[in-house]
Amino acid sequence: MQIRSETVGTRAVARLTGELDHHCAAETRAALDALITHSGIVELELDLTGVTFMDSSGLGVILGRYRALSRRGGRLALRGANKHVDRILRMAGVYALCERRDAQGGIEL
Amino acid sequence: MKNNLNASFSAISQNESLARTIAAAFAAQLNPTIEELTDIRTAVSEAVTNAIIHGYSNRGGTVTMNCSVEGSVFSVDVIDTGRGIDDIELAMQPFYTSAPELERSGMGFSVMQAFMDEVKVRSMPGYGTTVSMKKRVSAVRDDG
Repeated sequence: MQIRSETVGTRAVARLTGELDHHCAAETRAALDALITHSGIVELELDLTGVTFMDSSGLGVILGRYRALSRRGGRLALRGANKHVDRILRMAGVYALCERRDAQGGIEL
Repeated sequence: MKNNLNASFSAISQNESLARTIAAAFAAQLNPTIEELTDIRTAVSEAVTNAIIHGYSNRGGTVTMNCSVEGSVFSVDVIDTGRGIDDIELAMQPFYTSAPELERSGMGFSVMQAFMDEVKVRSMPGYGTTVSMKKRVSAVRDDG
């Protein structure tokens, strides 16, 4: 899993590339938590455009980050999930908790 | 004619990707749609991950995956000889997880059930678990 992030103030975008499964879950979680904690992020957008595969382990990572941000009074947004990833996110009701942003666009950093 | 594939591998997370790739490559002979193939890949990933995390508690062991195709049906058994499941019905509840400290979503069985036509779980505490799944693929279509 490759993670590239950009931060401006307390907002960040993290772009994930690869397969988000159990094998990659721990490193992805650690990288995102480091970003949130060290940069004091309260609004995180996960750009999933480069995620080619995700299973319920990926759901665990996303829901875990949602909780971590919520505890800080922050929020999580998701962008660019392909059809397969989107289906799993919907199945778990993730979009009731995290804003679903259009594939195109992007927040202004 | 029935075609079989049997694979055994170490219960380590590196092999999750390998297992789902093998299963999908084997299922490809049925000429499934990309979506059907992704369903199979995802369901196998869930079952194999469960075997590694829950069956063997991340302490290693051997996972056996027996795949077969017959007619237009893909079948797979994912077998571990780990600790087994005490309460299968509870384990299959959406969002239930026996390992919240590992940040598991508890959606593994729900994903398997959503993506496959049939999911059967046999387990004996102390002896292991077998997850058997089937999916009928739409096969070659002539939309002529």
